[in-house]
Amino acid sequence: MKMIRGYPEDMRKSIDNVNKTRNKRIDQIIEDLSLKERKEVLDNFHPDYNPKFKRNISWGGNKGDDVPNEVADVIEAYPMVNPDDIDLNQIDYDVNVLIIGAGGAGTSAALWANYSGVPKEEILLVTKLRLGDCNTVMAQGGIQAADRPVDSPLIHYMDAIGGGHFENKPELVKALVSDAPKIIKWHKDLGVMYDCTEDGSFIENPGGGTSRNRMHCSKDYTGLEMFRTLKDEIINKEVPYLEFSPAVELITNETGGIAGAVLYNIETKQYFVVRAKTIILTTGGFGRLHVAGFPTSNHYGATMDGVVMAYRAGAKLRDLDATQFHPTGAAFPEQIVGLLITEKVRSLGGQVLGRNGEQICYPLEPRDVEASSIIKCCAATDNYIETPTQMRGVWLDSPLIEEIKGKGTIMNNLSAMHRMMNRFDIDITVDPILVYPTLHYQNGGVEHDESCHTSLKGLLAAGEISGGVHGKNRLMGNSLLEINVFGRRAGITAANEYKKKSTTGKLSLAHVHKSIKALDALNLKDKRYSPTILPEYRSDVVRDRLVQLYEESL
Amino acid sequence: MSKTKTKQENETLTVKIYIMGSAHEVPESLTIMKAMEYAGFKIKRGAGCRAGFCGACGTVYRKAGDYRLYAALACQTQVEDGMVLTQLPFVPAPKGIYDVDSLQPTASSILKFYPEVARCLSCNACSKVCPQEIQVMDFVQYSLQGQIDKAAEVSFDCVQCGLCAIRCPAEIPQYHVGMLARRLHGKYNTSTPETLLERVEEIENGVFEEGFKELISLSKDGLKKRYTERDFVDQKKA
Repeated sequence: MKMIRGYPEDMRKSIDNVNKTRNKRIDQIIEDLSLKERKEVLDNFHPDYNPKFKRNISWGGNKGDDVPNEVADVIEAYPMVNPDDIDLNQIDYDVNVLIIGAGGAGTSAALWANYSGVPKEEILLVTKLRLGDCNTVMAQGGIQAADRPVDSPLIHYMDAIGGGHFENKPELVKALVSDAPKIIKWHKDLGVMYDCTEDGSFIENPGGGTSRNRMHCSKDYTGLEMFRTLKDEIINKEVPYLEFSPAVELITNETGGIAGAVLYNIETKQYFVVRAKTIILTTGGFGRLHVAGFPTSNHYGATMDGVVMAYRAGAKLRDLDATQFHPTGAAFPEQIVGLLITEKVRSLGGQVLGRNGEQICYPLEPRDVEASSIIKCCAATDNYIETPTQMRGVWLDSPLIEEIKGKGTIMNNLSAMHRMMNRFDIDITVDPILVYPTLHYQNGGVEHDESCHTSLKGLLAAGEISGGVHGKNRLMGNSLLEINVFGRRAGITAANEYKKKSTTGKLSLAHVHKSIKALDALNLKDKRYSPTILPEYRSDVVRDRLVQLYEESL
Repeated sequence: MSKTKTKQENETLTVKIYIMGSAHEVPESLTIMKAMEYAGFKIKRGAGCRAGFCGACGTVYRKAGDYRLYAALACQTQVEDGMVLTQLPFVPAPKGIYDVDSLQPTASSILKFYPEVARCLSCNACSKVCPQEIQVMDFVQYSLQGQIDKAAEVSFDCVQCGLCAIRCPAEIPQYHVGMLARRLHGKYNTSTPETLLERVEEIENGVFEEGFKELISLSKDGLKKRYTERDFVDQKKA
């Protein structure tokens, strides 16, 4: 296979089409879809609307809910820890606020609990991998905040509700958009470097489904820049944290409230018992469950553990029928298939093209609509591009950005994208990027209110683990916002609880026994265990091959 | 070490790599991270985002017949035949503890927490090892000279893998220095736009409360109508 500047010779023919049509396309605007047309493309091409990828939950409080098979799999699974093996009389950590998950939401919650009066030694932040091994650091494009005179929180509200198919929980959307400017100000005070123009105002870009430019960004390292600042701050505040120590079950009390968690150190393989008055769940989403067989843009630990633990304890879930596939995951080269190509490429003017070099859809539709349009092109037409490993994709015309906004725009605004593709000899200032939708975000999850209270006393939730904020589909830039808005609110709520005199009650794992009983009654064909903790990427083929190699060596 | 690529039954081209000394035959198309998993390792330390943003998978390696020591992110680097590699599970480099509100954007702020910056030998080993190809030595020097804005800009793409700190003969934790420089620059060298402060004040004064009340009271059809009719002032539409 002859490679020419990173692409196989075969694919170059189609790239020639892209180059030939570019001048003509600079001012070409494709019409966006009406609500009726959106519904049509979703019904026919979005995996959410394909019954073959879904089934009903068979037990518990959300029995009957239609969810992806992979979600049902981890809910219909036995606890990985035998509750009889845990001695609840031996409390290893006794704190006031336990925060499970140290990504953007957990870290914000810890900081705001501390700012709001909880002493650092009364807080414990625990996390599966390292502090900051999370989707937050991988967020590239930006964070929404309606702070320009031509914009308003009310317009932001309408954009978010429409993007979510009018199924969002209104009071949560109101909280999201109303706190947004406050969050940007907090970040600015901490020293987060948001991109500014020469005159000192923020650079603000559009996103899919936004009717105003309100995407604040830090090149295409927005989440990284935000998170490393929060991480720096949490270390400065000396808030205690435990790494490589995921929670594997919540602990309840005699009234059914939440009173702690069982941790599992994945390095030493020891269990630890934490007692706490308030537990904040910020464990993120489910990308590593590879819903509908898709590759994912998510980090290694995104296995939905928090939702499973909360469900066993009786928490109410919502909107888990809705899964976000980011329209533009990398489809070539093979080494990076599924990794995120930020929506900012389209915010800056990049267009989505078929093999013939012509636009296939309006580039800034809400994500589910954009993704479905790309799937349609690859599944129902022959206007797609095929890679040497038979992956199908469409072109994202990145060089067009420099035609519109001038030379240097890509290096200054998309340095992460440029670097990633350049590692595989592709120069995105000259050649387009091959893309196909990738599993990106858990739209639904644990239900909570504006103060982050879940349906269980003592349990708060914030961030991607939660459901309701985004309805059936999240817009770009509303997740970096969500983790800060609801992380902050959860921290403040925990601090209010701290000031009240109350006890945790008697620790119990009765809900785990109860879950086992409910699962027994299902007579499941496959006996699975959850939480998943980490996905399995070693295959039986590999194990067989190792044995074969050994036998050959004898 | 063998340079030959062998063909397995399924026609996958493979290469031979050495993971912490043990030989493994792996498909040549894999990244180092996926090759380790292919070889049977279940990674705990050494994988985070798996996409080049978190710095968990710093890896050092040599190649067959080449004395040089290379460094890379395991998730972003394809295997090569004859690679001898190990991951770096952790970097022992404590961060300074500071209150950014009480500092100034100056060299003395940097030197107070990282006095070893003054020991920089200008050997540039840090820049050579950086998997992000950042001019690490340049931002260390800018920090020392008090050019905090330049230090912040040059260090901006840092994923904090810590490979620089391991390589440095002057024992400087460069990635922490960059972090402090960026916070000082972000906080002190640029002003907060007035429009943001005004909007925060408007929200606190309840300016939008009536509007929210009205939006929340709308039926789904009412919302749909409002949504469809909303104007786009910044973007061109067909």
